[in-house]
Amino acid sequence: MSQLPLRAQLASALGRTAATLSRATGRGDGSVIGGRVGLALEPDLLRKLAQDRRLALVSATNGKTTTTRLITSALQELGDVATNAFGANMPAGHVSALSSAKDAPYGVLEVDEKYLPEVIDTTGAGVVVLMNLSRDQMDRAAEIWLLAQKWRRALAGRNTHVIANADDPLVTWGASTAPSVTWVSAGQPWKEDSWCCPECGGPLDRKGLDYVPPGGHVSGVVGPATQDENDWACRECSFRRPQPSWILDGETAIDPRGRRWPLDIQLPGRANRANAVIALATAEAFGLPVERALPRLREVTSVAGRYTTVEREGRHARLLLAKNPAGWLEAFDVLDPTLPVILSVNAQGPDGRDTSWLWDVDYRVLRGRPVYVTGERKFDLALRLEVADVPFQLMGSFAQALAAQPPGKVDVIANYTAFQQIRSEFGRAV
Amino acid sequence: MPSDSVLRLVWIYPDLLSTYGDQGNVLVLEQRARRRGIPVETVHVRSADPVPESGDIYLIGGGEDRPQILAAQRLRRDGGLHRAIARGAAMLAVCAGYQIMGSVFGGEEGQPVDGIGLLDIASGRGAGRAVGELVAETDPALGVPTLTGFENHMGVTRLGPGVRPLSRTVVGTGNGDGTEGCYAGKVVGTYLHGPALARNPGLADLLLTWATGAQPAPIDDVWFERLRQERLAATLPRA
Ligand SMILES: [Zn+2]
Repeated sequence: MSQLPLRAQLASALGRTAATLSRATGRGDGSVIGGRVGLALEPDLLRKLAQDRRLALVSATNGKTTTTRLITSALQELGDVATNAFGANMPAGHVSALSSAKDAPYGVLEVDEKYLPEVIDTTGAGVVVLMNLSRDQMDRAAEIWLLAQKWRRALAGRNTHVIANADDPLVTWGASTAPSVTWVSAGQPWKEDSWCCPECGGPLDRKGLDYVPPGGHVSGVVGPATQDENDWACRECSFRRPQPSWILDGETAIDPRGRRWPLDIQLPGRANRANAVIALATAEAFGLPVERALPRLREVTSVAGRYTTVEREGRHARLLLAKNPAGWLEAFDVLDPTLPVILSVNAQGPDGRDTSWLWDVDYRVLRGRPVYVTGERKFDLALRLEVADVPFQLMGSFAQALAAQPPGKVDVIANYTAFQQIRSEFGRAV
Repeated sequence: MPSDSVLRLVWIYPDLLSTYGDQGNVLVLEQRARRRGIPVETVHVRSADPVPESGDIYLIGGGEDRPQILAAQRLRRDGGLHRAIARGAAMLAVCAGYQIMGSVFGGEEGQPVDGIGLLDIASGRGAGRAVGELVAETDPALGVPTLTGFENHMGVTRLGPGVRPLSRTVVGTGNGDGTEGCYAGKVVGTYLHGPALARNPGLADLLLTWATGAQPAPIDDVWFERLRQERLAATLPRA
């Protein structure tokens, strides 16, 4: 990349010093604080750092961090990749990521949904990856239809190639003003935010699937996605699902030439297979063929602590992060039905201070296994389970819940700050 | 509701107005009726379908601006809800659904949009967003304990002479004039969004009383109570 002007170089160097200090003082991984110092000195820094790189921006409600990691792993086959691996997904985090890998010709940036229009505009990224949109932290997040509308405006008339999940009607609508789109059938188990047409408000019909009331899922296990099952169309206007060129079919990816690729990745669950197909389609947009990208995806075992196992006194707890109803649905798909499960829920700022979303999660899938409830909002969760007729035990802390287990394996689902608390107490291995 | 028959719950437009846990109100009513041996039948009415007139309790939830406007248009055109309420059915209207019940509410740009006129209220858009925990003392005539819940709205609602305030706020914004929610006949509206009944089982029992004509028998409320106490203690200023 070209030399940065002196002022930008200085800002970037100061940012890196602050990040080092933040890491050294144990206040975090340094990725946000470094970027904040940089941005304050040089508002144009992100634009300059983005210049002359091939950039992909990754946005969605769920799966951003993991998909960013998968795409990064794939593109490393082509050269150095700058990325915000720690999920610092606002412009300050982007500055930090790009300035710590100055010479990397590629960049893959996870971007908060709200900041996407601004970051597209600032970086002029050549590739934008859009996966799903669903209800999330409503006390502070924007309404998702408004978000999708802002995506439309940001992408219209811009020379950006979009990789988008055609099975999510709101994502499709948000992406469809882009001049060129690779449509991927990556599935959409959570449908409660897309029974209405984003274009006209009419009812959306889904092939072979009549309206399923919220909470009407009998099982959290999601069957293999076929092309037809994911089809949708508005009953009242011409808005309908575009023809996908990539398809997730159960454990297999189908590429635009119809070749079938068993994914065989180590990350568990349907959602990660969906993330992997999106990553393969993105890699191809960078000129990287499946045969070179897929082995890289298979090397990824854990992303920012997600899916890692922590251990204490012979209890092995596998950590799953679920931040919103769609995320819980995907987490249930990963659970081992033979194991007990510990659930931990907080309602701090990053979680959203409102726990109403618990009532959008169908917990009935947990009936029949030992369930332990903890976290700062354990009483909200306890009542929710009581009303769902799911027996549970209330525990004072995660450590107590873990100690109550017989030696062996246990699954854990926690929302954001509850997850981070467990990681900082039991090990922060990435 | 005849004593030998099923309690019919009607959830209006979950495809438009169910942004955040509104299902909780349906689930809590179902559970509290069943625990008392009352069989329950719940109908989810999608916005493209007619609203049945034969329900006992109608529920309508919160939502974004655009679905709120669509829901008001469709309810007016359909007329089923109006006939049900005229027949004496009970209703809980929450947040965006509460505003719709009035004569007017604020649209996407704050412009006035016609409501459906089932409550004597008029709503508009306030200066800022009211987001956070809410505590309010209910009208003593209702026999419902202190309200606790979460509000998240930009609305300001003026109550007309045809309704009574549901409660007076202790913490939070509510209607914007020191009151929160309102009721008239068997229709109750509130800014407590999402699963308002989960933290206010007394309000759920009020709806059951209205629908069945009898005071429901006491049941084990331990988890409801523990959540209420924890939330009230976290929200109320320390004495
Ligand atoms: Zn349409």
